[in-house]
Amino acid sequence: MVQTTNERYRVTPLRSKKRSWPFPLNIYQTAVGRKWVMALTGIGLIGFVLVHMIGNLHIYEGPARMHEYAESLRTLAGGIVPKGFILWLLRFGLLVMFGLHLHSAITLRNFSGKSSNNATLVGGAKKYESGRDHIAAGYASRTMRWTGPIIALFLFYHLADLTWGWWLGDDFVPGDPYHNVSESLASLPIAILYIVANIALAMHIFHGAWSMFQSLGVNNPKYNHLRRGLATALAGIILVGNLSFPIFTQTGLINEDNRKCPASEINVLECLAEQAEGH
Amino acid sequence: MSTGSAEIINVTIKVWRQNGPSDDGHFETYDQAITTDASFLEMLDLLNDSLNEQGSEPIAFESDCREGICGTCGVMINGRAHGPQKATATCQLHMREFKDGDEIVVEPFRAAGFPVIRDLAVDRSPLDRIIEAGGYISVNTGAASDANLTPVPKDAADQAFDAAACIGCGACVAACPNSAAQLFTSAKIGHLALLPQGQAERWSRTEEMVEVMEEFFGSCTNHGECHEACPKEISLDFIAFMNRDYVKAKIKNRALSGQN
Repeated sequence: MVQTTNERYRVTPLRSKKRSWPFPLNIYQTAVGRKWVMALTGIGLIGFVLVHMIGNLHIYEGPARMHEYAESLRTLAGGIVPKGFILWLLRFGLLVMFGLHLHSAITLRNFSGKSSNNATLVGGAKKYESGRDHIAAGYASRTMRWTGPIIALFLFYHLADLTWGWWLGDDFVPGDPYHNVSESLASLPIAILYIVANIALAMHIFHGAWSMFQSLGVNNPKYNHLRRGLATALAGIILVGNLSFPIFTQTGLINEDNRKCPASEINVLECLAEQAEGH
Repeated sequence: MSTGSAEIINVTIKVWRQNGPSDDGHFETYDQAITTDASFLEMLDLLNDSLNEQGSEPIAFESDCREGICGTCGVMINGRAHGPQKATATCQLHMREFKDGDEIVVEPFRAAGFPVIRDLAVDRSPLDRIIEAGGYISVNTGAASDANLTPVPKDAADQAFDAAACIGCGACVAACPNSAAQLFTSAKIGHLALLPQGQAERWSRTEEMVEVMEEFFGSCTNHGECHEACPKEISLDFIAFMNRDYVKAKIKNRALSGQN
């Protein structure tokens, strides 16, 4: 049922329909579907960040409890599956979610950039000569494309810092997170880096946790008024929890002065385990 | 009709001039004295009169009904689609919104899907391509059916009407930092999907309209600028509705509803 249009006035499409992939991959071929993937992986990643923050609060119970918690992650479902299996499964899931989130974000950014070609682009976003005064778009929503890369770069730094121990060198003790965290965050520039990155993360979540409802079409007058509040609460809780670690390390609440098991000893992990048992 | 408080103000108009689709385009500045009772487009008419008298090319802009219901007019005024007044199309904007001595920057709606034809006139025909893809219901002609033969609940009719209020001006695309046409498309999908007459083609319509939309326009990041710019204040809820219906359309067993 194609209506006739004078070809002379036809605006050529910016992109043509591609051959469709087999279901359900064809959903990922479209921008609307890709936003679904962004939202679903976003939920998973927010879940991770929240659990990560809550788990890390064990640091306030001292080195032994912190070690016990780290060990418990490795022995999840212990006895049924080999040690570390569930942890690696979770890590793999995170990696896939992070990869999809990143890939859809980058491709959608380019997609929108090309769709604004006729306009003056500044920093990848459409600009008008008179200078837009954005009315609805908040600072958080407009900076998603900057807070995202900041978080990705920080994530790499964070893994290298506290998982692989690249920067701490000989000071890094695998399996003693309390020691590693207090060593790393005791340096003021690193504490500031963690604070800046976590503010970026909170801003990203502030828009993302609201936006995902719209992307997924979860929209109902019964709870629409709660969506903004939920996003603010999530961002706020994660921000406060995560900022407490660098701040309390700097102010001396997290320190190693009263450790029963010095991190310099060879059998530090066994000592921590015994101490945790004894509690 | 004079309100009694009308006054003459002097404004500086900085307007986009572009001699044709392939011309580079530039801004030009004009001074215009105008009564605050005049509409924005009447101000442009007067400016064009004086340009004609000087033997210069008048500024090309689009308008038709000038009562805010046809969607033909639409320019960016000081960086806002349809100007500073909320829920108002350019033709319904009056000069009383401006002060004496103001500089007013007038630009065409910008998006790769909206190439400039001349000056402030842009080609918004990609919106027609979206409608062609499914923004209708197929009714075999014949004797007109009885009125009220198909019952429509009042609430559904009200919601559908809110979506159908879309005049297709393209302000949503112009205001969107991503040049996405989600608000337009979702309004057109929404007003049919809410009514019994729209059900027969609901899933194929949603799928095809979204896919044609993505051939021309960007991807929604839920900024909400479109809703602020919309002269009919179409709700963002329709975008959520469309997002859900689109993925539903992909997953649904459409063989049994005869909608391949």
